[in-house]
Parts: sequence; C-alpha cells; structure tokens
Amino acid sequence: MSRRFVILTLTLSLALNPGKLLAGEWDNSAEVAVETRSFFSDSVFPGQSGKFQPSITLEADLRWASDNGKHELVFIPFAGIDGEDDNRSHADVREGYYRYLSDGDWSLLVGASKVFWGTTESRHLVDIINQTDGVEDVDEEDKLGQPMIMLSFLKDWGQLDFFVLPYFRDRTFPGREGRLRPPLPINDDRVFFTDDEKRDVIDYAIRYSNFFGDWDVGVSLFNGVSREPRLIAPFAPTPASELFQLYDRITQFGVDLQYTREAWLWKFEGIAREGQGDTFIAAVAGFEYTFYQIFEKSWDLGIISEYLYDDRDADLIVLPQGVTTSAPLTAFENDIFAGARLALNDTQDTSLLAGAIIDTDDRSSAVFMEAARRIGDSWTAELESRLFLNVDPANPFAAFDEDDFLTLRLTKYF
Amino acid sequence: MAVRYSLRPIKSVIASAIILSAAGLTAMAVVSVVSAQETGAVFVNNDEARGSTPASQKGYDIAARSDRTDSGFGDSKVDFIMTLRNAAGQTTTREVTITTLEKPDESVGDMSLVVFNTPKDVKGTALLSHAKILEPDNQWLYLPALKREKRISSANKSGPFVGSEFAFEDFTTQELNKFTYKYIEEGEFDGMPVDIVERFPRYENSGYTKQIAYTDQEIFQVRKVEFYDRKEALLKTLTLEDYREYEGGIHRSHKFVMINHQTGKETDLDYSDYEFGLGLDQDDFVKGVLRRIR
Repeated sequence: MSRRFVILTLTLSLALNPGKLLAGEWDNSAEVAVETRSFFSDSVFPGQSGKFQPSITLEADLRWASDNGKHELVFIPFAGIDGEDDNRSHADVREGYYRYLSDGDWSLLVGASKVFWGTTESRHLVDIINQTDGVEDVDEEDKLGQPMIMLSFLKDWGQLDFFVLPYFRDRTFPGREGRLRPPLPINDDRVFFTDDEKRDVIDYAIRYSNFFGDWDVGVSLFNGVSREPRLIAPFAPTPASELFQLYDRITQFGVDLQYTREAWLWKFEGIAREGQGDTFIAAVAGFEYTFYQIFEKSWDLGIISEYLYDDRDADLIVLPQGVTTSAPLTAFENDIFAGARLALNDTQDTSLLAGAIIDTDDRSSAVFMEAARRIGDSWTAELESRLFLNVDPANPFAAFDEDDFLTLRLTKYF
Repeated sequence: MAVRYSLRPIKSVIASAIILSAAGLTAMAVVSVVSAQETGAVFVNNDEARGSTPASQKGYDIAARSDRTDSGFGDSKVDFIMTLRNAAGQTTTREVTITTLEKPDESVGDMSLVVFNTPKDVKGTALLSHAKILEPDNQWLYLPALKREKRISSANKSGPFVGSEFAFEDFTTQELNKFTYKYIEEGEFDGMPVDIVERFPRYENSGYTKQIAYTDQEIFQVRKVEFYDRKEALLKTLTLEDYREYEGGIHRSHKFVMINHQTGKETDLDYSDYEFGLGLDQDDFVKGVLRRIR
C-alpha cells in the first residue's frame, strides 16, 4: 500500500470537511479473524512453504456522519499477518473517503473506496474499478481500495456514475513462500507499464444502471490501466527465475443484465476489451433457480449454472513499431460452472455454497465449497475448501494442482 | 393501503383524490368510488378485492376503514428490536431500521427500506422493496461487505424473514387490495368489542389459505391475526399491542408478538417511537440508495 496514497486520502478527506468533527455521529466497529489454511499435499515449487498456513486479519470500520446526514467520513483500514507468506502480511486502506450527499439527487465521493459492478456468480467480468487483492484467495473476490473521485446521479431515468481514478494499484500476488502461485514467483518490484504509463496515471470510467420491470441493466465504459496484468518471464537470465508484471492501457465496454421472474434469476455479463492483443470479447451467462422451503423446512436450495466464454488470444502479436502485445492468460475460455446454494434460514444464518468450474475442452475442474454459520451474537465460523481436479498440464490451473486446501476461519465482531 | 399492523406504510388520501380528478372516472372501470371519513377525502375501492356478496363487502369495508383511518402519513422511520425465542426459551435479537414511503395511490404498493444494525456480522445489510398489489414485488438485497446490490426473487412469500416467525409476506404484503374478505361476526378481544373478518390472499405463492383479523370498533386497529397454513391448520397468531396515537390521528402498534403454534417458537418486535414527515420521495427508494448505506 502506498503511504503517499493513504496520506493523500486522509488529508483530502479532512481538508474538505474542516472543523466539523465534533458534531455529528460516530459509528465504529471492527472485526478480527483467525484463519488456518491446510493444504492436502506438500508444495512442489522451490521456496514454497509447507502444508499449514495460519494467519490473522484485522479490519476496523470508522465512520462519521454530520447531523444533517450530508457529510460522511469513512475509514476502513485492513491488516493481515501471515505465518508463512510475507506478501500475505500486508496492510491496506480498504476505504477512506469523504462523501457529500446532496439534498437533491447527486453525491460526490473523494478518497479510496470499493465499487462492485455485475450480476453473475462464477466470474466478475464487468467489475473493473478495484484492483484484486490476490494474496487473500484465488477467487478474485477480495479487492484493494481504489483512490477515486466519484460523482453519482440518482434520477428517475436511472443512476449515472462518473469516475476519475487518479492512482493505479498493482495487483497483489502470493510471494515466493506462498502456495497457489505460478511455478515461478512474481517479483513485486518489477512492474512495467506499456505506453510509458506510471502508477499516477489518471483512469476514467462511466456507468449507467437502472431497472425496467423485471430487468436490471448496467452499461459501463472504462479507459485506463488494465487491472489484469500479463505475467512475463524476463529475457535474461535464462532460464528465468521469476516473473514480472506488465500492465497495458485498455478500453473496456461492459454490459450486465438480470431478468428476475418468479424463482428464476437469469444473468448475463459481457465485455469487449481493446488494448491487449487483438480486441476480444468475453461473457458469462446463466441462471439461478431457488427451491423454497425444501423438505417442508425453512431451507432454501438454489441451483446455479453459468457458461463462461472468453475469446482472447494469449499469443504475442508484434506491432509495426516493434512492440509486442498480448492478452493475459485466462482459464475461462470455454467453461461451465455448476453450483448449489443452501440457506437454512435459521437464527444462526447457516449457509452452504458449493460448485465447480469445468473446462469443456480439457475437463480440468476447479471445485469449491464454502460453509458459514454465526456463533452467538458476535462470532462467525467459516469453512472453505478448493480442489483442483483432473487438471490438464496445459491449463492455467495446473500450477495449483498440488494446492488443494481447507480453510477454517473464526471471526469476532466488535 | 397497508392493513393497519403493517410494518410498512399506509396511504394518502389526498393524492387518491387528485389522481381521480385528474384521470377522470372513465379510466377507472373496475373501481367504485366511496366518499369516506370525516376528512371528506375520496378513496377508491377495488371491486375485485371487495367482491360481490354482502359478507365479502362488509369484510372489505372493515379492512378499508382500518387501513384508511391511518392513511396520509407520507413517510415514516422506525427502529425495532426483533427477539427470536425458540421452544426452549433461548433468545437472539436483531436491531432493524425501517424507512417507508407511502404511495398515495391504493392500487400501487408502498416502498420500504429495511436495514439491519445487528447481528454485527450482517450490519448494513439492507432490503429494498417496491410493493405491488398482485404482481410480484421488486426487491433488492444489499450486501455491504461486497458492496453488491442483488435483485432477488420475491416469489419466496412464505419463507421465514431472517430466521424469525414472520414470513416475508407478513412484512411486505399488507396492502388492502392484496386480499379478498369475508365478514364473520362481532366478538370480543381483550375486553374490546371487535369485528372478526377472514381474509384470503389474492397474490400467488402465499403460505396461507386464510387469515382471521380482529379489528376493534373504537380506533379501528387490528388487534390480533390468526394465520392458517396451506393445510388449513392454525399456524401462527399475531397480537398487536401498545397502540400509540401520533399527530394527525395516525395509530401505530409498538409491540408485535408472533407465536408459531406448530413449533412453539415466538418472535417479538419492540418498536421505538416513529418519526413521520421526513420529506422523503421516490428518489430515496431507488436501488442506487443502497450503496449509500454502508
């Protein structure tokens, strides 16, 4: 996490709201999680740690709102300490912003925040504002705070958001000691940008969303540094001992749709991206259907299925000026996701989610299971497992073939 | 027009009158007009919900009077503590804030925003509803940890609301025209003379074959409701206690007790004081407001 960016965020937040910190209302909370990740097999790449990986994470949530509710300050620092992987011991400002809510129908947010776009479950193609925090898990669900100026309009014709993103954040990856990484470790200090980009480049995005009867619709456009890096091996030494990150400037158009009817949710996300090799498209489409009160209990069972398509080409293309370009590797070129969600609807909110993404070409499978339950009033227990089954040596998941794991996490809320 | 004990709103009289005069009666083929109440305001009866027999019309009229005596509140905000009690007497609690916008037209449902303050692990989780009369409601769930708003199916009428003895439909379907009615008799409840009226869901996916509502004859408030399941067996009883009167003659119960006779479980709702006249409008209930919660 850039210290400069933290200071910038905080000073900006305070500067915009001088002398108002005594009145208003504070709402503070925090959570501490203890986690043990147990791998079923020994590691296979040089430098990787053993089977047992304990860690602790802390997240505070400090927020202040003025008496009239127009001014809001939010600060959500995060820190993790990992017993094995140095990269997993890190800190981040998940959010740190000032927000002005007008009497009318617009708001302005300045600082670091998180934004989610999209509808599908197996892959979040459209969601692009925040960089992935890749050390927490491989599912790309954890995000780093993104510095932004966000201007939002809520009108009767829908919601329109404008984003100016003045600072780029590198993706985090497991370190040399970490499991769930490529065969060669990724060097955090060797990060390159095409087009002479730097981290203080300014990116832009715009999104429109609304609903029309049973349809929820979102349309977005992003121009800036791709959140998804290419991982490249240096020319020297040979053979390479580590990988570098290379970020390209892209333009991405995204559409997300959901049609909701009775117990059916029909979902679609699609993108077209220019700037990484040939312009490519990718899409996820599928459904979720829920059986309510199964077995005459309060249990709900949802079945989810989605098809994942990505026509990107990871081959290097040499441009006329001698520069090469390419798209980052993806595992989801032609895959099917099938899963089930069970909610017991009990006082402890017990839930289970399980599924698999299967490559229709080589039959490689990534299987996951997540179970969660509240204990008492202020604890939760979670169990998570990922299995990489029948993985083809040419599939990107091949690097994780010996990294099947089970995580137990206990979280205390304050 | 929420039936009296609704966790959601009730309606505005004046706007109905404006809509009537603006649209003209010709556009309202399926409704009749009733000049009602001391205010001289005009309400529109739904003839399909009111039915054609004397018993159904009397039942509808009693429910309508109850509903309309508290209409015109505009908007409201209230906190309540939900206490879940299992058969062994163990309790857990949830703290919830509900903001409601009354839609002036009785043929349109109200809008509501339910925000959870506890349990701590779901703090900031919110449910936004745009109620309709016979069509499925529009509902969005907001998950603050993911910053994700999800349109959800509202077909799950009969499922438990956050593990409580209240079903989703108990929270979101208390609109006058969502039921047909049948007047049974006068009776007595808690020392008060009451009108006893059966009501039957007109909307799909209800877990109930019928409900029996007990409405007092003095301030026309629902005091008790009995819920009958799909096998027509008595499932639950709701009692509504501690009615308090607010400015403009608006009455609200401040304690709901829902007992499930088949499981022995109970859920109580203890309400704080209501706030009215917040000056909210439809823009405060669009799905984009979910992201402002947390």
